[in-house]
Amino acid sequence: MNKRSRTQIAAFGMFWLAGIVAVLIMAFVVGYIMVKGLPGITPEFFTTSPRGGLSGDGGIYSTIVTTFYMIVVTLAFAAPLGVGAAIYLSEYSGNTDKRIIRKLVSIARFGVETLSGVPSIIFGLFGYALFVTAMHFGFSILSASLAGACLIIPVIIRTTEEALKSVPAGYREGSLALGANRWETTWKVVLPAAFRGISTGILLSAGRIVSETAIFFVTLGGSYRVPHSLMSGGRSMALHVYYLAMETRAFDKAMSTAAVLVALIVVMNLTINVITSKIATKQG
Amino acid sequence: MTSGIRRTGIEKTMKVVLLISALASVLIVVLIFLFTMKEAMPAFREIGVWKLLSGTTWRPGNGEFGILAMIAGSGLVTLGAVVIGVPLALCTAVFLSEIAPEWIVRIVRPSIELLAGIPSVVYGLFGMVVIVPLIRTIPAPGNAGYGLLSASIVLAVMVLPTIANISEFAIRSVPRGYREGSLALGATKWETISRVMIPAARPGIISAVVLGLGRALGETIAMIMVIGNSVVLPTAITGNPLSIFLSRARTLTGNIAVEISYATGVHESALFATGVVLFVLIMLVNSSARFLLNKGAH
Repeated sequence: MNKRSRTQIAAFGMFWLAGIVAVLIMAFVVGYIMVKGLPGITPEFFTTSPRGGLSGDGGIYSTIVTTFYMIVVTLAFAAPLGVGAAIYLSEYSGNTDKRIIRKLVSIARFGVETLSGVPSIIFGLFGYALFVTAMHFGFSILSASLAGACLIIPVIIRTTEEALKSVPAGYREGSLALGANRWETTWKVVLPAAFRGISTGILLSAGRIVSETAIFFVTLGGSYRVPHSLMSGGRSMALHVYYLAMETRAFDKAMSTAAVLVALIVVMNLTINVITSKIATKQG
Repeated sequence: MTSGIRRTGIEKTMKVVLLISALASVLIVVLIFLFTMKEAMPAFREIGVWKLLSGTTWRPGNGEFGILAMIAGSGLVTLGAVVIGVPLALCTAVFLSEIAPEWIVRIVRPSIELLAGIPSVVYGLFGMVVIVPLIRTIPAPGNAGYGLLSASIVLAVMVLPTIANISEFAIRSVPRGYREGSLALGATKWETISRVMIPAARPGIISAVVLGLGRALGETIAMIMVIGNSVVLPTAITGNPLSIFLSRARTLTGNIAVEISYATGVHESALFATGVVLFVLIMLVNSSARFLLNKGAH
């Protein structure tokens, strides 16, 4: 065996090792959380609220409710705005000769790219200054959702744009040729065709809200009571893990809550993959 | 006719509405910058930009606000994450794009996607119960496990998906002809990868690393949980200079998160100033990544 192929075998061995290590890291992190967390998960864990106290008594009922509220309210702000922006960037921005519009489009794109790089604690700081303090929304689901919306708008725009781009041009041309205008074409032809793609984007954003902690740490207040309105403070599941680990040091409860979180994320990822592969087979 | 007018009316209205939504992102960016800047102004004015950036003591009670220790903390933990995470991420990217058979790709890629989806608070918890006790076994005076090394390891795993995904995409974007040409000239697969594919994908790979750096600088919750949060300029705790990574530290992000809820007056303003520094730092990093990507595209 010559030196060249020996070098190749050594190098390939290294790459295989890297791939295996990446999978092992995932398996170890997920496996560890599951093995330590699952024993603490009983039906009561889901149906009782945290009772506070030093051992982190109680379950996670109120944090599930808060997480659900956060997903719904954040998406209510971010989804129309993000999908609207993506529609403009993908469907409207191309066919114009006006220089001002082109300038605006490039500014809009710059905005989206910049926003997607802003770290979440900055959204938290911004939300704290603007919504919690200046606008007097206090530590509440409303403040936290508005700040959280800033985080997911770029995600929704990017995924929706991809979904719109994958709709064949012939759909639009056919609709326009039949006399429909651009909006009618978008609303009745392009959006329905891109529906699955857009829904994966929305699901991905919901996952971000479930996972997010830093923004909510400084805007949501952390109360473990069941929220009763938009102005209530609250504690999402992710935030609950933080408080359990850092303040009450109730690691068993923290592990169980983390296991629920990870299971939720796994299910969301699987759903996204199933929808995406269905889109692929439909188009293939 | 009326319906025709109505249709055109809807079309025109929607066009404006959609344009406004498209501009919402840039508006949010501007608002964030202005608001953070406005709140940070009193600190910049009363403390002074230079004193804030170069001061090594942070004692809000005494009116001392220097964030150099936090800049060092963020810088060192990011450096540590890059040193640990980048080789693994790049090798994984090459593996996925050039070497792995299809069925292996179908295992590895979803695993990396899942790593990207795991909440940072879960990484923090994992760090607290697995990594920190492990690091604690390193014999060194005052080593409690919490510190830069634990934080770097956790952060390395967290930036792995970003770096691996973007680099894989960069390598896959290299035109097929490059590979075929190299193989046709008698180069081995490894020679083709190392001397043709990777150099051709270099701008994309570098920008992947830089974007990973941006992610690392911005990470908050997992860092608070494992880095120890002491405001000290990290120093080597034994004769070995590498033991600086056993030192406790605090990141810029952690400084904001830990103190914002009870800070008032100049203290609060100084936290916003910390935010401005972080924002500017990350903008610099991200725009250089974008610059590299565009340069690679042309």
